[in-house]
Amino acid sequence: MILETISNILLIVGAFFALTGAYGLFKFPDFFTRVHAASVTDSIATILLFLGLILRTDFDLVAVKLVFVLVFVLLTSPTASHALAKSARHGGVATLAESNNKDNTDG
Amino acid sequence: MAELINLLLLGMLAVTALGVVFLKDLFAVVMLFGIYSFLSALIFVNLDAVDVAFTEAAVGAGISTVLMLGTLSLTGRQEKMSGHKTLLPLLVVVTTGAALIYGTLDMPPFGNPENPVHQHVALRYIQDSPQEIGLPNMVTSVLASYRGFDTLGETAVVFAAAIGVLSLLGLPKQDRAAIESGLESHLVLKVVAKIIIPLIILFALYVQFHGDYGPGGGFQAGVIAAAAIILYALVFGLPLATQVVQPGLLKALAALGVLLYAGTGVASFFLGGNFLDYNVLAADPVAGQHLGIILIELGVGITVFAAMLSIFYAFASKAERKNIQ
Repeated sequence: MILETISNILLIVGAFFALTGAYGLFKFPDFFTRVHAASVTDSIATILLFLGLILRTDFDLVAVKLVFVLVFVLLTSPTASHALAKSARHGGVATLAESNNKDNTDG
Repeated sequence: MAELINLLLLGMLAVTALGVVFLKDLFAVVMLFGIYSFLSALIFVNLDAVDVAFTEAAVGAGISTVLMLGTLSLTGRQEKMSGHKTLLPLLVVVTTGAALIYGTLDMPPFGNPENPVHQHVALRYIQDSPQEIGLPNMVTSVLASYRGFDTLGETAVVFAAAIGVLSLLGLPKQDRAAIESGLESHLVLKVVAKIIIPLIILFALYVQFHGDYGPGGGFQAGVIAAAAIILYALVFGLPLATQVVQPGLLKALAALGVLLYAGTGVASFFLGGNFLDYNVLAADPVAGQHLGIILIELGVGITVFAAMLSIFYAFASKAERKNIQ
């Protein structure tokens, strides 16, 4: 019962972060801020959603599989964002404030 | 609830399809095709067809997106304006579509258990396959044993596609010195790729041999294994990848898979059964079925892996040559 409540809270907060990520993807002014919105909320939303799902299992093989998927997504999703931002930079996409570009490319 | 999700997904599918039709930027179109495949996979999951969803996600969204991007690097990313009149094709398409929709009016209601499709062979598969084949995953029983001929045909189609592409484009030679890759400075990509490529290959093997018990099988496993090598080629450059998995080996493997499949059929032939009748492969019919299914799934996996990877090699080497010139 307690686990289910915690799971519900985690799932709702995770869904909220996923929604803000989608909102930021549409509303932010330039490419790099959009990637940022998508990637940061992506990782936190993934963690919260998967924790919420794990709490709903019987802590058996399904939970282990969910942990595997979580680790895989946490490895690949930021890498994809990094590759996206880096190749955009490589392709000459300018940031909103050009003076800040050094901070943005190494993320 | 499931109906609502289905409707939502189908709506998104329609919007994606319209985007594919109207966009002129082919790069965006390829990405939309990937999204389209993922949406279809979600619909299949919602319909409890996990095996199909798995295949759709791996083949439709994974490999074919990469292959289409490989094609784009050869052809350019803008759609050419065609000088054709659009009125006649539009008329043909609208008429065909209207006829198809009219045809669906006669179909029995969706999801009704009384429908003919659920009353014919499906019933027999569900009732008898646990005794006859003994696999927990009934989809594999149908695909590999009851419908073994169809699957042999599909494997042959994949093999033929690889032959077609290779005879048009040709495989890269493996003995070239490694040239500088455009991704030389991507340290993060290299580190992460080195971590996950072994995991992907391990997962492919799991999917290959777990296909009897859960969703999976040769098609998915072959595509996933090919994706691991393609990822390696994308991050570390094609010349290195062709040294790891040599193009000549791929040619042999693609043929070997089909041979293994058809050879299993011929073996059951000589042991006194019908073609692809696995009952005779072992003393116990169920054990024979298991052996036969593992063998032909392996054949499918090998052929799909080799075919996908050699098609990717062919595209990528052409693109590389084009970039150098």
